[in-house]
This record gives sequence, structure tokens and C-alpha cells, in this order.
Amino acid sequence: MSIDTSRKISTSKLDEILQSYGCKKSNLIAILQKVQEEYRYLPEEALIYIGTKIEGLSPATVFGVATFYAQFSLEPKGKFEIKVCDGTACHVRGSMPVLNAIRNKLNIKEGQLTSENGLFSLETVSCLGACGLAPVVVINGKVYPQMTSDAITIVLDTLLKEEE
Amino acid sequence: METKSLSIDIKEEQKKAQELVKKQGLRVLVCAGTGCVANGSLGVIERFKELGADVSVLTDYDKMTIVPTGCHGFCEQGVLVSIPDKHVTYVKVRYKDVEEIYETHIRGGKPVERLLYTDPQSGEHIHKDENINFYAKQNRTALKNCGNINAESIDEAIAVRGYEALYNVLTENNPDGVIETIEKSGLRGRGGGGFPTGRKWRFTAANRGGKSYVVCNGDEGDPGAFMDRSIMEGDPHKLLEGMAIAAFAIGADEGYIYVRAEYPLAIERLRKAIKDAEERHFLGKNIMGSGFSFTVHIKEGAGAFVCGEETALIASIEGERGMPRPKPPFPANKGLFGRPTLINNVETLANVPVIILNGADWFAQMGTETSKGTKTFALTGEVNNTGLIEVPMGTTLRQIIFDIGGGIRGGKKFKAVQIGGPSGGCLTEEHLDLPMDYDSLIKAGAMVGSGGLVVMAEDTCMVEVARFFMNFTKNESCGKCVPCREGTKNMLKILEKIVAGKGELSDLDLLEELAHTVKEGSLCGLGKTAPNPVLSTLKYFRDEYIAHIVDKKCPAGVCTAMKKIVINEEKCKGCTKCARTCPVGAIEGTVKQPHHIDQEKCIKCEACLKSCPFKAIELQ
Repeated sequence: MSIDTSRKISTSKLDEILQSYGCKKSNLIAILQKVQEEYRYLPEEALIYIGTKIEGLSPATVFGVATFYAQFSLEPKGKFEIKVCDGTACHVRGSMPVLNAIRNKLNIKEGQLTSENGLFSLETVSCLGACGLAPVVVINGKVYPQMTSDAITIVLDTLLKEEE
Repeated sequence: METKSLSIDIKEEQKKAQELVKKQGLRVLVCAGTGCVANGSLGVIERFKELGADVSVLTDYDKMTIVPTGCHGFCEQGVLVSIPDKHVTYVKVRYKDVEEIYETHIRGGKPVERLLYTDPQSGEHIHKDENINFYAKQNRTALKNCGNINAESIDEAIAVRGYEALYNVLTENNPDGVIETIEKSGLRGRGGGGFPTGRKWRFTAANRGGKSYVVCNGDEGDPGAFMDRSIMEGDPHKLLEGMAIAAFAIGADEGYIYVRAEYPLAIERLRKAIKDAEERHFLGKNIMGSGFSFTVHIKEGAGAFVCGEETALIASIEGERGMPRPKPPFPANKGLFGRPTLINNVETLANVPVIILNGADWFAQMGTETSKGTKTFALTGEVNNTGLIEVPMGTTLRQIIFDIGGGIRGGKKFKAVQIGGPSGGCLTEEHLDLPMDYDSLIKAGAMVGSGGLVVMAEDTCMVEVARFFMNFTKNESCGKCVPCREGTKNMLKILEKIVAGKGELSDLDLLEELAHTVKEGSLCGLGKTAPNPVLSTLKYFRDEYIAHIVDKKCPAGVCTAMKKIVINEEKCKGCTKCARTCPVGAIEGTVKQPHHIDQEKCIKCEACLKSCPFKAIELQ
């Protein structure tokens, strides 16, 4: 499987999202969140389209907002979105060895977002507020508590097996 | 001002709700906060429901109800199951344990000893919550209902006096009186700044007449703090009630709750709570027939720490990049969409209904001279009982870490506690008896902040911790003002250099100089407090910096650059296992001959260390 970047942007889908938020400037963040939910990232064409449709905005402003917030990605994310919490509590209890184990296992280098096969994307996040269970890893919204490098390897093996 | 009679009698509503709760029969509370859900509480709830279908056999109750609650706070021990009528709390409950609880205790009347909390000191099983040290030493005010009610049921909230404070306020119909009460209570902002809440309300109320807003700051960005998440998930109606009271006091008719996108469960519960409250006329148009209207919207954040700063938060709600704006104008005069805006943090607002119900004097008798009431702390890191606690202001660090927290895990030695996240500082052994209040902490070079307490033991490297926080603030700096943008970047560079074993003594002076410049020159709270972790570690752990720079050693054994992994030739049998394990091929040697590690290639992953059957590989 390779990353499908050629997927055409559907303007009717974008219009639908814009309409549901009244095409309002103050709803820009919510609109971008919906678009990202749809495409798993923010395609450049979509940003330009939104920038020309909402009154008082330019594509540059939309781009500015999209690059400001950590949640938004201009690159496609994987089918499995892995978030390793590196908040203080997780850091102190060893989130870095867990992150390195994932990098080794999936062959994702530092600075790289998505694995070559487009299956996994890997990010660190500042704090998920589940500090009592540190260190935690979240994969597609599911929280995996008290992770170790061995435990996360087992989790990834299970996911890989399911994919086969 | 004349009192008003409302279309709803809250006492009647309470009676009805209490009847409903009574009809539930035996209440089995299962924690469904983020932490316990991750430990499998949804499965526990399902299993109870399957078993609970058979209700006829219960002798003293004709029915049993499984109540999914918000966070109990004792996350370390999750999943927590508590049965108040039987005075028992079970810890670490898993799917497979449910049947035993049901058969042995609920039907058989005998507690399941093995699932009770074991006191780490005495080794005894403890039945009652009130005897568990973690709970016994607390004083829960803002968190009172968290973990005791079904967070998704408005009736359960009403049964424990939910919306009674709002009812009283609307009946008395005296907005200035409300502000006076809050002022008199001595409540101060719980989000970090510690600004007197009543005074903030008065400033905003001075602009009554036109359109104004109440904004709840639920952008709990400090890594290591999760009290706001717990309140939003566990008792959302208390927050909504607090907001409505604030809106009435300052004359606002619209409100926003800004919640981090990382808290999906909180967003879901708040949405439901708003809908339910509107249906029952506790929110929305013409609340309880009083003529006062207040609608609440939820705005999801998109991951930016700086949005916890109030002017940045306003920019974000308006759909812009979340960059702080210069003050003045203060939000009280010109805030959201250019209108007067009151911004309070979640915990602050959750204290409001309690103060209205019990009176300002009741609240003010808790705490210290300048810091009144209680404060929640998120206790995490190297401590036995991690979780969320609430204690009177002025409680000492020793009481929190050793009495409530049960001491340091694994019998390690206490080293420091980082308070207030990346904006705070560290406190050491000498501060263990310091009363935790706004002013004492500022004097010690730290701050209450949002209340995150990360406990660190002897094997934590303080230089690395300072680097960690600086990396965080560097990433989160919005880039608007130069001192913060460039200063954090350069401080990080120096810290990385020291951690890598390439530091020089003159770096420390430069680091200090930069820290003071950033502190004084930055526009908003993020930059003004970003140097705190550096300054406080330099103050209390300068010897660790010097060890890194002069001796090229990390006393805690954390910094990889200063680690050296070697093979003890006397112990090595030449089994080749390590050479096969090494991911970078740094180990060489022939079979049955001692191997050795090429230090140039070694990445210090310690994989060989774990693989050696003869313990011949040593960390220096």
C-alpha cells in the first residue's frame, strides 16, 4: 500500500462542511478539523479553496492557521495514528524508550511522520491527561496504559498481523 | 432589589431526582474516567450489567444499578469499583473479577479481600474509602461529586444540589451581591495566575449593558495536570452552573468553553450536559422563568499550549492563530469579538456553586491567610499513589507526597518535585514543609500553576528535566515576540550542549543571562515563565550542571552521551549473543573469545545489556 496523495479534492464535500459551519470566519478551526477528519490531512487545494470561499479570509491566512496548530497536518497520516505521550509524567516514567521501540519496529526515522507503506504515522504529544497511567500511547483514539518497549512491540505486532 | 419567584421549584426537582436515585437500589459505582477506561472499565461495566440482569436473588435490595462515574482520582489503582452502601471500594478490578464481586459480595455479603486496597506500609487490606490514606487526608470541594455521580445524568447532579446555587442567585436577583460573595470568599484563579476571581468579575461587570461573554478556559495544557479534564468529565453540570452564575453576575448572555482537542471524552460529556440542562431550563433562554438567558457553546482547541493564555485563547475562538495580544486592553474591557469578556478556568468556576451554597465565610475558613479554599493537585511521576487530589491551600508537600501519595515508588529516594509544569519550578527536600499556597511558592521560585506535581526520584537528571521543559516551551512558543522565540531556542541549544557532555562553565552564565532576558522581555505568560525550570534547577541543582560540564558525568545516570557500555572481559564467555542483538553492529569478537564494543558505533540502547546471560556487560 502506498500513500494515496492523488485523491481528488471534492469541492462539493468542502462546500458541505463550509455550509454546516455557516461559512463563518470564527469557525475556521472547526472547519479545518472536519476537513482533516475527511482526508486524514489538510490537502493544499482544500486550504486554497476554503481561503477563497470564506469572506474576510485569504488562502495565506488559512495556511497560517493550519500550520499554527499541532493537530493539523499538511502531510497524509497513516491508517494507524500513533501518539506517544511525552508529557512530564510520561517522560519521567520512560516514554522515550517506548518511542524508540516504535521507531525501530516500524522503521520510522526521527522527523518522519508516516511509515513508507502509509500504514502508520508516529507523533509525540505533550500531554493526554492520563498521567496516572504513564507512560501512555494512543493508537487511533485507544489509550494503551503503562507502556514499555516490550509491551508496545506486542501491540504493534497484533496490529500488523490484523493487517495481513 | 426585589426577589423573584421562578417557574421551577428547585427543592421539588431535588426531591424528584433523589427519588429516582433511590429507585436505583444498590448503586455500584464504576469509574469511567479516561484512566479507568484505558484499564478496561467499559468491559467491567458490561460484565456487571450482564450479571445484574438477575436481580431477584438480592435479599436486601430489589435492584442493582451500575453507575458509570467520572474520575475517582485514584488512577493508579484503576479500574475502581465502589459500592457506597456496603462501604467498600475495590481496586484494580478487571473483567474477570466482576463475577466474584457479584457472587461473593453483592449476593453473598462477604467482601472480596483480594481486590481491596492494600496499605503499602502495613500490608493490610482496607475496606473503607475513608481509611485509605489517599482519600482520608483530602478535602474534596470542587471534586466532591467526581466519582460519586453518573456524569451523564442531570438527575444525579440535581439530587446532589446541582443548580440549587443558580436557583438561589436568580431568586435573590442581586448580581452585585454575587460578586461581593465571591470577593469575600477569597477565591483566586486556579489556572495559574492566582488573580482574585471576585475582582476580575467586578472589572468585567463595570461594562454591563452591552453584549458580553463568559469564557471557560479548559485548555489544560500543562503536561502533568488533569484536574480540569476530570471535572469536565466527572461533574460537567457543576461547571455549567458556575458559568451561568458568573454570566448572571457580570451581565453576559453567551458563553464559550474552550476544550483541548486531546480531551474527546470531556467534549462529549459537556455536549450532553449542555443539551440536558437546556431541556430542563437551567441553561438557554429564560432560565427557570427568571428572564435571564445564557447559552453555552463548545470550542475545540487544536493543540497549542499558548492558547491557555487568555488573549491567545480569545484569538483561537475567533478562528485565528492562537497568538497572545498585548494587554491592555484587558479582556474585561475588550475581549472576545471586541466585547467585555470574563475568562475563568474550569476549577475556578467549579468552586463558584459551592461558595454560593455554603457561603463565603465557609470557604474562607479553609486555606491560608492569602490563599483561601482548597486546591486540586495532579500527583504523578515517581510516587506510589498517582492520581488527582484536593487539599486545603497550605497543606505541605510532605503531607501530599508521603501521606496521600504513599511515598516514592520502589523505595527510591526523593529528589525534587516539579510544580506548575513548564512554567513552574522545582522544589527540593528543604521545601517539604513549605505550605503550598500562591505566595509561599512564588517566594520559593516556583508557582502553584495549574497544580501539576511531578515527583522525581534520585534517578532523575535535573539538567535533562530542564532541557525537557525548554524543548517543550521552545516548540510551543508562538513566535510573536523575539525574546521568547529566540531566547527559548538558544537556551535549549545550551542545555542540549551540556546534556551531550560538551558544555563549558561559561555556558551557565550565558544561560542565566538569557533566562532573565526572556523573563523580563516576553509578551505573555508563556515567555515570562518559560525560564523558571532553568532558573530553579540552576539554583538548587547547580552541582549537577557542574558534574555534566566539568566531570563529564551524569550523576543520575540518565544522559546517554555520558554513558559508556563496556564488556567485562573476565566475565565474557564469547557466546556472541550480544553481537547478534546489537542493532548497529557495534560489537565485535570471535566465538568463545571476549567481545568488545566499538564506542564510536554504540548508540547506548542497552539492548546488549539485557541480552547477556553472564552479566558481563556493564554500564559506566
